[in-house]
Amino acid sequence: MLLAVDWAGVAQQVVAGLSSGGTYATLAVALVLIYRATGVVNFAQGELAMFSTFVAWTLTRHGFAYWPAFVVTVVASFAGGVALERVVIRPVERASVLTIAIVTIGLFFVVNGAAFWIWSPEVKSMPNAFSTRPIHVAGVAFSISDLGIIGVSLLAVLLLWLFFRFTKLGLAMRAAALNPDSSRLSGIRVSWTIALGWGLATALGAVAGLMAAPPLGSFDQNFMQPILLYAFAGAVLGGIDSALGAVVGSLALGVFLNLLGTYVSWVGTDLRQGVALAVILGVLLVKPAGLLGTATVRSV
Amino acid sequence: MSRVLRVVVAAAAVALVLTLPHWLSDAKAAEFARAGCFFIAILGLNLVTGYTGQISLGHGALMAMGAYTTAILTADHGFGDLWTIPLAGLVAMAAGFALGLPARRLSGLYLALATFAFAVAMPAILKRFSGLTGGSQGINLFDKALNRSTGALGHVHVLGRALATNDFLFYLTWGIGLVLAGAAWLLVRGRVGRAFRAVRDSEVAAASSGINTGFYKTLAFAISGFYAGVGGSLFVLVSNWFVSPSTFGFDKSLLLVVGAVVGGLGSLAGIALGALFIQFVPSWAANLSNAPGAPSVFFGAAIVLVMILLPVGLGGLLRKLTEPLTRRL
Repeated sequence: MLLAVDWAGVAQQVVAGLSSGGTYATLAVALVLIYRATGVVNFAQGELAMFSTFVAWTLTRHGFAYWPAFVVTVVASFAGGVALERVVIRPVERASVLTIAIVTIGLFFVVNGAAFWIWSPEVKSMPNAFSTRPIHVAGVAFSISDLGIIGVSLLAVLLLWLFFRFTKLGLAMRAAALNPDSSRLSGIRVSWTIALGWGLATALGAVAGLMAAPPLGSFDQNFMQPILLYAFAGAVLGGIDSALGAVVGSLALGVFLNLLGTYVSWVGTDLRQGVALAVILGVLLVKPAGLLGTATVRSV
Repeated sequence: MSRVLRVVVAAAAVALVLTLPHWLSDAKAAEFARAGCFFIAILGLNLVTGYTGQISLGHGALMAMGAYTTAILTADHGFGDLWTIPLAGLVAMAAGFALGLPARRLSGLYLALATFAFAVAMPAILKRFSGLTGGSQGINLFDKALNRSTGALGHVHVLGRALATNDFLFYLTWGIGLVLAGAAWLLVRGRVGRAFRAVRDSEVAAASSGINTGFYKTLAFAISGFYAGVGGSLFVLVSNWFVSPSTFGFDKSLLLVVGAVVGGLGSLAGIALGALFIQFVPSWAANLSNAPGAPSVFFGAAIVLVMILLPVGLGGLLRKLTEPLTRRL
């Protein structure tokens, strides 16, 4: 018996999955950025992205159109990220990884609480970044918004890659992450490269938040929490020390989650996170360093 | 520490637990009893993270296993609540063993994700198997007076003395806590503890000295699960005999890690301070201002400040303060 597969439907779901995967990827690259610089997963990354999104929301309420608000917010987030690193992370720079991780958990509470304090708990909504009209390609209707989100996410990650690959500052940052001691000896101010990394990560987070919020219709101060979870999972799936891995892992996760939600009814919305994570676990047990991560081999 | 000093410290801890309720109001005794549950769970987490060097972001879910064992056995199978405590520990121990299996292959962040997945999935799983767990309504044991240790009247007679409910719960949680702390101390000073520390300090060196690292990692998780299960079981008692899936969201797991690290991952006094921190700082923060979000800001700021000022935690501070004294003895 032939299975009747609705290929147009599958294609639509794949693109929709890539679209949410794109926002996970942007946030996942932000996580990787800080992980490579300090060896810590920044638990506050999602909340910082949420905060940036609320700043942009305020701007749109005061007469800004979406894209000018986007640009202002991303630049402000960069400055905010650098400042935050100087004030909060710098004092614990030499402490253990666990200590720094707990500081970011503390930041999670502070940023989340501050957003509730400033913007009151009612749900918000935001103008769309892209047209909501569908576009027809080969008989399949794709949403322009989905395609736009995929484009912006990939563009942000690409710009970051170009920065790291072709600028002197990017080279310095890579060197500082790889070998802080020799970098210091060659005159790189390692502490400032970490601050710069926080700035870039926070700016990337702002992009992720601003892509994720409008399609939700309405959102509140907790809207980035599942996205952080998926970004973390995507980054780990791809190999936490690889930016390319984070992008591939996140996109794959987005598509997988969307297909799972659409075609496997018993999973439902409640178990979706659990099932997704269980699958990732399965992959990791076979390939412990993630899909594209470097397996550590140590000689003793 | 000299042997004399150790006996003095242990006696002082017992004396403190025995006398504290006399100075506490009824409501405060209940809060301290809750802190006792955290103390027990963090004791377990400390075995995994402090001694064996494995990260677990899933201990809140292990507490949930213990809590639901107690709730289900008491509500549906007529067990007396106190008798379910060791059983809750054993069930959570099995779960801890399972949670420790990925640790044989994964380390660092990958293990963090694996255990975090468990914590995130737990509320959904509890809602899904609603026939057993009562779904999102949870389980309320308040009308099961016959099975409750305090009966319907709320007074408990111990050794001929009548104790108020909350005082009883205080003695129960901290009494069990001290016994389990003693057990943990015996465990880590012996052969097993040495193996745990060897795995933490260098897995390669441990393996090459003939230590079965996978075995000891899973063992640490299993024992730690027992502690978390007992803590979770008692948590039902101190939460007015009520439990629901939202009691054990992933934030509980994060909170336990915060408690362990704020306490300084090591000394018993530090762990007790960590437990008190996660019990009392949030309510203190809520007293400062009850604007939406404000308590969360104060709580988070307190965590950041403690970590910046005391990177080795409250336990480290305590050690520094008592050092002149202990050197003398």
